Amino acid sequence: MKHRLQFAGKKLLRMALLLLGVSLVAFLLMSLSPLDPLQTNMGQAALGSMSEEQIQRLEEYWGVNEPLPQRYLGWLSDALRLDFGTSLLYRQPVMEVIGQRLASSLGLMVTAWVLSGVLGVTLGLLAGATRGRLPDRLIRGYCLVISSTPAFWLALLLLMIFSVWLGWLPIGLAVPIGMEASQVTWQDLLSHAILPAVTLSITGVANIALHTREKVVDVLDSDYVLFARARGESGRAILLRHGLRNILLPAITLQFTSISEIIGGSVLVEQVFSYPGLGQAAVTAGLGSDLPLLLGITVVTAAIVFLGSLSADLLYGAVDPRIRRGVARHS
Amino acid sequence: MEPILDVEGLSISFRQYDRGAHQRTLPVIHDLSLSIAPGQVVAVVGSSGSGKSLLAHALLDILPANSAREGVIRYRGEPLTPARTAALRGTEIVLVPQGVTYLDPLMKVGPQICKGRREGRVREACRAVLARYGLPPDTEERYPFELSGGMARRVLISTAVMESPRLVIADEPTPGLDARAAGRILGHFRELADGGAGVLLITHDLELALTIADRVAVLYAGETVEEAAAADFTTPGGLRHPYTRALWAALPQNGFRPIPGSQPAPGEIPTGCRFAPRCPRCRGDCQETHPAYRSFRGGMVRCDFPGEVME
Repeated sequence: MKHRLQFAGKKLLRMALLLLGVSLVAFLLMSLSPLDPLQTNMGQAALGSMSEEQIQRLEEYWGVNEPLPQRYLGWLSDALRLDFGTSLLYRQPVMEVIGQRLASSLGLMVTAWVLSGVLGVTLGLLAGATRGRLPDRLIRGYCLVISSTPAFWLALLLLMIFSVWLGWLPIGLAVPIGMEASQVTWQDLLSHAILPAVTLSITGVANIALHTREKVVDVLDSDYVLFARARGESGRAILLRHGLRNILLPAITLQFTSISEIIGGSVLVEQVFSYPGLGQAAVTAGLGSDLPLLLGITVVTAAIVFLGSLSADLLYGAVDPRIRRGVARHS
Repeated sequence: MEPILDVEGLSISFRQYDRGAHQRTLPVIHDLSLSIAPGQVVAVVGSSGSGKSLLAHALLDILPANSAREGVIRYRGEPLTPARTAALRGTEIVLVPQGVTYLDPLMKVGPQICKGRREGRVREACRAVLARYGLPPDTEERYPFELSGGMARRVLISTAVMESPRLVIADEPTPGLDARAAGRILGHFRELADGGAGVLLITHDLELALTIADRVAVLYAGETVEEAAAADFTTPGGLRHPYTRALWAALPQNGFRPIPGSQPAPGEIPTGCRFAPRCPRCRGDCQETHPAYRSFRGGMVRCDFPGEVME
């Protein structure tokens, strides 16, 4: 147990360093951008009507002329207390905006994550087991087409088919337009979430299915599967007894690292469906020069992705006997 | 006595694609014959690339899909059809593979020996088999990576004797073991033969094979060049084929003399005698005509001038 805690501790330390690095790079990039903090805060018109003196006083107030390291450290010391500043667009603390947006995105992301994982592994298993035959070719063809399709294009296509032509599902947003919040039913929420969730799932499936297929092929070519056949085990038994067991570990890794792709995909997909989630907030923040929000979202999503990889690492230790017992033996 | 296994003219070839869509057939084993009687250990000896492991896979019908098999394999007098092989493998015909990579790395040893069966009778048999090979009872609970090389071999033999095999195919069961451990492992195969099973021992180690084998078949470039009684190996004069003699002379206690050249790779097989390019007794005809496998002095040999003693 001790080495597991040590391992987790080390990983958490690395996560802290990584977040520090991410925030530093993001901060640098933003300070290099041509955005003028005064202009974005006050607006072009207001700035134009001010006297030099007023502008100077405001510059001092906002700390525009402070050196970069000082500005970053100021932001960092606040960020450590989970105060990421105030969003310029939403006029709310950044953490609150992220919290609200994350809550509405989470449904989409978790659905897409689970669906793409389950479907991906199933399809990959099927393709690997029927290598070279028709099911394999169909699945591989599907995966290759999907992975070379941009997510936003797929989103547009689904939108056209199911919302415009068939009219089965709403065209965008998370709730019906012009309805009071108290009157929104869960059916409304669900029907609005279906298309974005499905788009995210479809794009996620391809990657997981192709990787799983490769692993299944490796396993079926292995010495231990050959020996199992020599011992008279049937193809089905081999796949269930040896195949599943041995593709479980890579599947876990893939599943948790796919979090980053789901988050990346959600930025595009939420934009297409005008779904008020974290991804859309990121785009809005970028286009609207809302630096505190953009920085906050960058750091929070990096943390989520890293926590995903950390979970995979820790699960590995629990699932793989070579790690679980091997490390215990040597320490 | 009726042989338990009788292989006649076995040939194995692979379909390959070289340079795009051009398909070619690569013969790997050609006209291989041997037979094993109950209670006998027959060693198949050959250097790497002579097609030894493929012989084992062919007997169990687990060759890759791009291969083709010709010739007759008879098991207890009846041809070994794919359906019959499927019914017999793992029960009457068992394989003892090379090493630990043939065990599922993520499954405990016990369930692997029991093939997943959980009845008390099977579990008991498993414990008895482990004890028979001097493996501690906790071996069942170990994963393959927790086994030493020698333990892994004994676990693999355990998988075989869990059934009551009539034919044991041991594919290189000793590499990586020191001489004493290897001797012990081979001793276990001798026991199985003494219990009435036929044992096919596939190895590159002639010296070790001679310690337990009754008969030795020598493989060169995918074909059997000689089948001899183990006793024939006491003097080079007892041997029939120049390659077998060369193997004998290369043993440390017999002079440690190698012969130049190397075994031709599949696809580069000469038209005449396959050993001709390296044969010290090669004559004009040997380069052109491929010698037939024939009886000679109580054994078999593939040479048109067998038994000529080298100076």
